[in-house]
Amino acid sequence: MSSNKKYWKSVEELKENSSIVETLQQNEFVEEIPTDEFLGNKESLESSKTTRRDFLKYVGFSTAAASLAACEGPVIKSIPYVVQPEEIVPGVANYYATTIADGFDFASVLVKTREGRPIKIENNTMASTNGGANARVNASVLGLYDSLRMQGPVKGDSYVSWEDLNAEVSQKLTALSGSGKQIVLLTQTFASPSTSKLIAEFKQKYGNVNHVIYDAVSESAALDAYQAKYNERALANYDFSKAETIVSVGADFLSDWQGGGFDTGYSAGRIPTKGKMSRHIQFESNMSLTGANADKRVPLKPSQQKLALAKLYSEVVGGSISVDLPEHILDAVSKAATQLKNSGNKAVVVTGIQDVNAQTVVLEINEYLKSKAFDASTPIKTRQGNDKKVNTLVADMKAGKVGAIIMSGVNPLYTLPNAADFAEGLAQTDLSVTFSMKADETSTQTQYIAAAPHYLESWGDVELKKGHFALMQPTIRPLFDTKQFQDALLNWIGNDISYHDYIKQTWNESILGGASFSQALHDGVFVSNGNMTLATSSESETNTTSEDDKTFVGGIIEDVAQGLGIKKDDEIVIEETTTAPVAKGGQAARALASSTLPEGFELTLYTKVGMGDGQQANNPWLQEFPDPLTRTSWDNYLTVSITDAEALGLRNDHSADGGLNGSYANVTVNGTTLENVPVMIQPGQAKGSVGLAFGYGRTTGLKNEMKTGVNAYVLCQDFNNVQNVNVTAASGMHEFASVQLHNTLMGRGDIIKETTLEIFNTKDKSVWNAVPVVSLNHVDTPVSSPDVDLWDEFDRSIGHHFNLSIDLNACTGCGACVIACHAENNVPVVGKEEVRKSRDMHWLRIDRYYSSEESFDGDNAKKENISGLGSSLSEFGEMEQASENPQVAFQPVMCQHCNHAPCETVCPVAATSHGRQGQNHMAYNRCVGTRYCANNCPYKVRRFNWFLYSQNDEFDYYMNDDLGRMVLNPDVVVRSRGVMEKCSMCIQKTQKTILDAKRDGREIKDGEFQTACSSACSNGAMVFGDINDKDSKVAKLLEDNRMYHLLESVGTKPNVQYHTKVRNTTEA
Amino acid sequence: MKQVSNRKLGRNILKLSLVFILTISTSIFAQDGDPEKGKSLFNANCAACHKLDKKMTGPALRHIEQRLADEQGLDREWLAAWIRNSSALIKAGDAYATKIYDEYSGAAMTAFPQLSDEDINDLLAYTEQEAVVPAQVAGAVSSGGQASSGSGISNKIILGALGLLFALLAMALLLVRRTLNRFAEAKGVDVSETKGTPIWKAFVQNQFLVLVTAIFLLLASGYYLYGYMMQIGVDQGYQPVQPIHYSHKIHAGDNGIDCKYCHSSARVSKTSGIPSLNVCMNCHKSIYEVAESTATEEYSKEFYDGEIKKLYAAAGWSDEEQKYTGEEQPVKWVRIHNLPDFAYFNHSQHVTVAGIECQTCHGPVEEMEIVSQYAPLTMGWCVNCHRDTNVKVKDNAYYTKIHEELSKKYGVDQLTVAQMGGLECGKCHY
Repeated sequence: MSSNKKYWKSVEELKENSSIVETLQQNEFVEEIPTDEFLGNKESLESSKTTRRDFLKYVGFSTAAASLAACEGPVIKSIPYVVQPEEIVPGVANYYATTIADGFDFASVLVKTREGRPIKIENNTMASTNGGANARVNASVLGLYDSLRMQGPVKGDSYVSWEDLNAEVSQKLTALSGSGKQIVLLTQTFASPSTSKLIAEFKQKYGNVNHVIYDAVSESAALDAYQAKYNERALANYDFSKAETIVSVGADFLSDWQGGGFDTGYSAGRIPTKGKMSRHIQFESNMSLTGANADKRVPLKPSQQKLALAKLYSEVVGGSISVDLPEHILDAVSKAATQLKNSGNKAVVVTGIQDVNAQTVVLEINEYLKSKAFDASTPIKTRQGNDKKVNTLVADMKAGKVGAIIMSGVNPLYTLPNAADFAEGLAQTDLSVTFSMKADETSTQTQYIAAAPHYLESWGDVELKKGHFALMQPTIRPLFDTKQFQDALLNWIGNDISYHDYIKQTWNESILGGASFSQALHDGVFVSNGNMTLATSSESETNTTSEDDKTFVGGIIEDVAQGLGIKKDDEIVIEETTTAPVAKGGQAARALASSTLPEGFELTLYTKVGMGDGQQANNPWLQEFPDPLTRTSWDNYLTVSITDAEALGLRNDHSADGGLNGSYANVTVNGTTLENVPVMIQPGQAKGSVGLAFGYGRTTGLKNEMKTGVNAYVLCQDFNNVQNVNVTAASGMHEFASVQLHNTLMGRGDIIKETTLEIFNTKDKSVWNAVPVVSLNHVDTPVSSPDVDLWDEFDRSIGHHFNLSIDLNACTGCGACVIACHAENNVPVVGKEEVRKSRDMHWLRIDRYYSSEESFDGDNAKKENISGLGSSLSEFGEMEQASENPQVAFQPVMCQHCNHAPCETVCPVAATSHGRQGQNHMAYNRCVGTRYCANNCPYKVRRFNWFLYSQNDEFDYYMNDDLGRMVLNPDVVVRSRGVMEKCSMCIQKTQKTILDAKRDGREIKDGEFQTACSSACSNGAMVFGDINDKDSKVAKLLEDNRMYHLLESVGTKPNVQYHTKVRNTTEA
Repeated sequence: MKQVSNRKLGRNILKLSLVFILTISTSIFAQDGDPEKGKSLFNANCAACHKLDKKMTGPALRHIEQRLADEQGLDREWLAAWIRNSSALIKAGDAYATKIYDEYSGAAMTAFPQLSDEDINDLLAYTEQEAVVPAQVAGAVSSGGQASSGSGISNKIILGALGLLFALLAMALLLVRRTLNRFAEAKGVDVSETKGTPIWKAFVQNQFLVLVTAIFLLLASGYYLYGYMMQIGVDQGYQPVQPIHYSHKIHAGDNGIDCKYCHSSARVSKTSGIPSLNVCMNCHKSIYEVAESTATEEYSKEFYDGEIKKLYAAAGWSDEEQKYTGEEQPVKWVRIHNLPDFAYFNHSQHVTVAGIECQTCHGPVEEMEIVSQYAPLTMGWCVNCHRDTNVKVKDNAYYTKIHEELSKKYGVDQLTVAQMGGLECGKCHY
């Protein structure tokens, strides 16, 4: 039988005139095999003294010698403590509650320490204060063991002692205090009551002190708007779990918008309960994590966002505003407005536009709606930066008005767009000190680098939200000769108590109100119930207006402020300088509506969940973390829509080795050009807009491997994240390290099951979540039936049977689980080159799929209608292209721990086998590396160690130095070269839980069993437990209607459940 | 055995007689009090902090009454008041009491209000005894090295003598043969032997024999090769020299200290833990030397005392000043039981949950002067035990349900670890 069917072997073949296909037709290999190099020279081969037999002898001898030499066991020394600390038992983990507050990430966390070493960050479930730990917070523990940290204070090129540094700095400060020149403290947002008090004391001592707070990624506009309206420099707090309709105009609130931490509440409202879930409409230009999760996403340029918001205001609140917007956007706006009005006080509007008017309009709308999701009583304190003051500072420095500058937690020479001006001014100061963990861009340019400790070695306190205080405590003794900013300040004002005692004093005097400091330290958080309403009780009265809420002085609660010795007069100065006249409601909307639409491209600068503002750029976990949307690691890039890319001649190609290549582009803002920015074609990017992430392009204080990407801060002129840009194509192609090259689902609706809320509520399960059937004696039989099974079922009803449940509705794709898995399981970092070769080692990946039609439903319909005749090839080819504005779905995939695992049956050495508790075991010491199992795994979750990734100079990441290896989890083995590895369902954790119960002689309660990913997931998307415990949450989820298994038709019977994604597409 | 007991007897008699003599002599000038009773009182109440001739937590006490009277002019009454409640004296502002209190860096002496006058008299009688000069018996054991080498030398002498004898015999035989040959030569007798087939040629010609030998050799070498290969990486009997000669025999055996007193983390942790030096110092603060009877032929008292000195050096304890100097030198012990990284073992699972004796895996440590690896620590060894051992389910609520269901399934009363799932790869390898 001959057939004319044409099989295609790669995507390249679908393109016409592909040079690679042509080359391949003529030649088996794209590149010549360099055989001549080693076999071509016959003469030298013959004249060589080493014969083949000699060679074999040498090989035989050296192998035998090496193996015999290896038989001798090494002598292992054990050194016990001389005096063992009471709380440390070797082999038993301790947990401490502390708080990260690095100026960008603020979260209350639990730190797991082993033998005194912090090894993992976990969520502090006791603290309901501020969401959970995101990917960066999870990865922050590695920063403690960064081999490039400052090991002591440095003056110029040499180490000095702290005594000398303190003496010299105090002397200079004293000299300067009378000179009329400013002494400037340029710091991150500390949001710390004690630090505020301390700085006030510092001001008192030296006079003429100017404290400038600088956030690298500014939220100044939102702060200004909130301050104007509520008399408090803070950010509005939203609880999205209380919202039925969420309209976001350019706010990426699932990642870092206004400090982040909103995803927990959002996810809670996304799980359909009693037929209800929230509806989320997103207007945005970049494809953001938030847009990817939205029920309806409207791509539009940043300038159009302002108009749309103005229009939305007029439709909801009233007033007539006419804006020049395309019809479909106007339609979407008016539908959103109707929906908002219908939901009434269960609706909320947020925006990410860096414009005071836009932020004011949003506050007005929420107030008008009396939105329950908007909590005015507990505003967020974790951003306090002030753009205007920073600009004034740079001007003052250039004018020589600044005598001394002391910096902490900031890196202005990297993050300032006018870094050159700052550098010029810095050179004119008499004294410059930087408190920094690294010799980075800024600290290397100052006279002194005061080596600062990591937050896991420091004391501190943070007011995360109004009335919600958190404490930071050291979890390890300082590894190096470091001192924190506050301790130095105390020294310079001649106070010889430690910052720890200082915090204790402050708390006892003005925060605790009689409560125990030790208890607060133990819990990590303290919710003050003094004169402020608690978040829990705020439901009844959310709309406390500014008039009767005058207890604030410049961001500090009045009574605290008085306790701290801050006079009102001090703060009024600040208020005068900061508060620009802000228009009210309608006026602001009209101002918005009158904003002009620029001709060219508009650039939106954003932060990636993996990199944030870039202070952790030397963290290999975060560099290798694939961006949830582009699935690309080790890079930032200009995101461009497909239409614009074609017009500009920008391309994304897959090279012959499977890697993704992208063109370069030059991006110009106001004469500043960023050259050779790699281009990523991003489905969903609004036409006429481009996007670029902050945090990359660092040059100093990090390993060469980590110097990736381009610095987007230079384009962030006037601290505005939206800029008018000129984009031109540049020559050359950039090599990306992307872990997912196939972007669409190709209509395979059984991988990600999706339905709409309407169908979910009205139709039977068999319609939207049908179990696949196979034919048994011409009768359709569900694959879950034992009759059609190849295998005999094992009895798993006794003991534990673990299941992991993943709710696709609650999963936002944030990736905290990916990093938590990294940390828990000693997953190695392999580097950009290896990731490009698809050799990434992540045990847990989050697949991201785009629809090629408007929606995934459209994809399914299209696939069904492909006839199989004639045009099928091109039609399937079309389905590989993501739509211009696709639907997006995230799916975390790890080893599915199949009860009938295909990997187990093919292993020639039985290295992988099944446990009675449902886990698929992998015995690394037994594995010989045939990789049959990976070939036979339908989920492609097995990872092969192509190299030795620890103690290998070729992979110079954290596992290559003694310091970095301190983060390794001693309960999990570090795998060696040549073995297969995969998710173990954190068997070390389940075993530990069982052992603890056995030792206590008790039964295990639901919720005690956790995996690293399930405990890292603060969104409730991942639930782990024992399905033999019929009352457990996971056992109930197994019976849920939405439950399905991945590739159920294969019959693998996985122990990982997925829950059908439901979209609320009901238009008002 | 007999010898040892005899020697002890001799020593005891010597001691007794000494004590007897001393009792008589002291009773002449001590007013009253029974030094024998005093000794037992001293050991029960005072010995933790005081020695007769050595400053410890408290001062040395020999002739304390005499010294107090001579140096400070204080009488027995003062002493009794001090013993019954020293802190009251200090509070009352007694000059000498305060001085002593300060001299011993503010460590208050435990009050003994229960001691009667008579008891105190007995105690003081005991402290008035003259120091016992170590008897000759100790001298005999003084250098263990010499004593132990004695038997070794005698063995060597015997062997040497035997060797010499054999050499002489061989020489004699050679000489006889030469003489005989000379005789034969002289008489003209031809002594050349008749040459048959050499034995090796005969062997080579016999194909059957060659085959059998070859098979035998192959099997033998296979056997030995297998044996050799199987012991690679198995360090059974590994007995490294430790930086401090710590005798488990003395501690766990002779003194019966529970293993988990020092290896306390075995109860709760995956590691049994090498005790930190402060655990050693709990006892060794007051035990600065071993008893005479502890010394053996191999290790003398001086040797053991030297090892205690090593501990003091490591812990930074100054025996003279009775305080820590802070100059610590952590001890680098050589680890004996080494499991590879890919095998997970948890002590608390076995010790606390299963209630297994330490000796099951570690052997009779209480009899080991130097600890060696008792078990092979191979996977086969682990697995065999897991097959044979029953899970201890009694009074453990965790096991109640699973035991009930599993025992019904397998139709047994007692479940082995293997039946409970203890042979699954992932239980130990992750």
